[in-house]
Amino acid sequence: MTDAIADTRGELRTVAKPVAPGRGPMNAGLATTYLILVVIAAIILVPLVATALGGFKTLGELRANPFGLPRQWVWSNYWDIVVSARYWRMLANSLAIATLTVSLVLATASMAAFTFAHLRFFGQSFLLNYFLLGLMFPAATAILPIFIRIRDLGLLDTYFGVVLPQAAFGLGLSVPLIRNYFKSMPHELFDAAFVDGCGYAQYFWHVTLPLARPILATVGTVSFVSSWNSYLLPLILLNTEAKYPWPLGIMVYQGEFGTDWQLVLAFITLTILPTIIVFFAAQKHVVAGLTAGALKG
Amino acid sequence: MLPVLVLFLPPAFLLFTIFVVLPIAEAGWYSFFNWNGYGAPSEFVGLRNYEQLIGTPAFLTALTNNLLIIAVSMLVQLPLALFLANLVSNRIRGAVTFRLIFFLPYVLADVAAGLIWRFVYDGDYGLVAAIFPLVGVQPPYLLADRSLAMYAILVVIVWKYFGFHMMLFIAGLQTIDQTYYEAAEVDGATRVQKFRAITLPLLAPTIRLSVFFSVIGSMQLFDLVMPMTGGGPSNSTQTMVTFLYNFGITRMRVGFGSAVGVVLFIICVTFAFCYKRTLMRHD
Repeated sequence: MTDAIADTRGELRTVAKPVAPGRGPMNAGLATTYLILVVIAAIILVPLVATALGGFKTLGELRANPFGLPRQWVWSNYWDIVVSARYWRMLANSLAIATLTVSLVLATASMAAFTFAHLRFFGQSFLLNYFLLGLMFPAATAILPIFIRIRDLGLLDTYFGVVLPQAAFGLGLSVPLIRNYFKSMPHELFDAAFVDGCGYAQYFWHVTLPLARPILATVGTVSFVSSWNSYLLPLILLNTEAKYPWPLGIMVYQGEFGTDWQLVLAFITLTILPTIIVFFAAQKHVVAGLTAGALKG
Repeated sequence: MLPVLVLFLPPAFLLFTIFVVLPIAEAGWYSFFNWNGYGAPSEFVGLRNYEQLIGTPAFLTALTNNLLIIAVSMLVQLPLALFLANLVSNRIRGAVTFRLIFFLPYVLADVAAGLIWRFVYDGDYGLVAAIFPLVGVQPPYLLADRSLAMYAILVVIVWKYFGFHMMLFIAGLQTIDQTYYEAAEVDGATRVQKFRAITLPLLAPTIRLSVFFSVIGSMQLFDLVMPMTGGGPSNSTQTMVTFLYNFGITRMRVGFGSAVGVVLFIICVTFAFCYKRTLMRHD
């Protein structure tokens, strides 16, 4: 532990050479480190675990024993939700909206980025900065005009009404990010393809995109997570419950079952379950995607 | 060949212009009208929406709360994230697991995190209701108490977001050349000295980035507050965006709500420009 700061480069490979616990003067320091880490991990996990366990209790038991294991496991709280159409419909809505958003962002941003990377034209840097503007303010600032525009387009209460502004606000990050990646690709590649009679469109499709998979994955992850979790835009642009994505759905459910906390807790647990499963299954990609998106943006 | 490429830029450009840039310009225009959103805006009121805004106590509370969130992000969240980044980037067993756990809240939807904490803070069924009686105190209703609710929310903000900043710092720490530390050790530098003389200066670009995200993120806080308090009790936990929602959108006061949006926009963009021009000039 005396080397706490010195050992910063080991990093993602840290587990390679673990400090043997219980030896030498490092002992006390190491113990303190673990104590701090465990306490903070508990502060993170206890609310989550209590939520999941709460869903197995009766309301009466929740009142008497919110922390511990259920004395009697009430599976019906969860089961009733899992077999309900509303649960699956909410997740399907979220999946549809997020998939459409990611597709639209990736398609439009990679095409624009390709132009920025391969053509020099008047106003190029101005246009690139124009997209960067989208990083500086939240969608909330323009939410009322967005509502009016979507309404006038007749897209209120449709998936696309949510997808279009959501994708548009995603461009601020994705266009510069993808463009930088395209720029870093060796230019000889293009020259060679060009000599072979390959046009821009073919080059884009057959060479650039396959090689740019890492950055497309990063941008896709960021767009997917933010769309999957988004609340404000769907709240304003959708008004039939059958079309609600899950963040709106849990709010409606909470409003309906208000004080029946055990049901609300089961519902929350089931709705965050997909996120948690994907997070732990693809941890490296999710963490790398979300932080790289921020760092390079 | 060129004509194909000419078609590549317009989709993104149009999408961005129609749904990001034009709405901002329209918010500026609508903010001079008293308008319910139907028909064309016709009742021009000049700056009255802005005057009304400044005269609304709830808006000033919202503004203060946003500043409070920024302050907590700088003074609590950032140091905590930096400290933990140093701990878990160490060669210790389980570092990767701890990192994942700390990052987990960031991946959860704000709405879900807000609801979970509404349960935690519940005075009848929540964890708070179970903890306080242990020390013989009547459990408080944290989110219903106008002097405590905002602090309760600040705790959740740190809980939710410190992991993201920690990951930024870990990535920053990885770029620092290990030989600096080795040299410092040879010279007999202490941990604190190494941190101050090597880590902090070399991590400065990451810290500046983290501050940037904290400020812009704090200004748009909405999803987390809605499930916990919705801006109440008696407006004590309004943020700029919950105020915009409660006072502009739900009442369909397009002009007034747009004025809130414009103020928020000006704050964000002014900050972003000044910050990038000065502090992040070399990054």
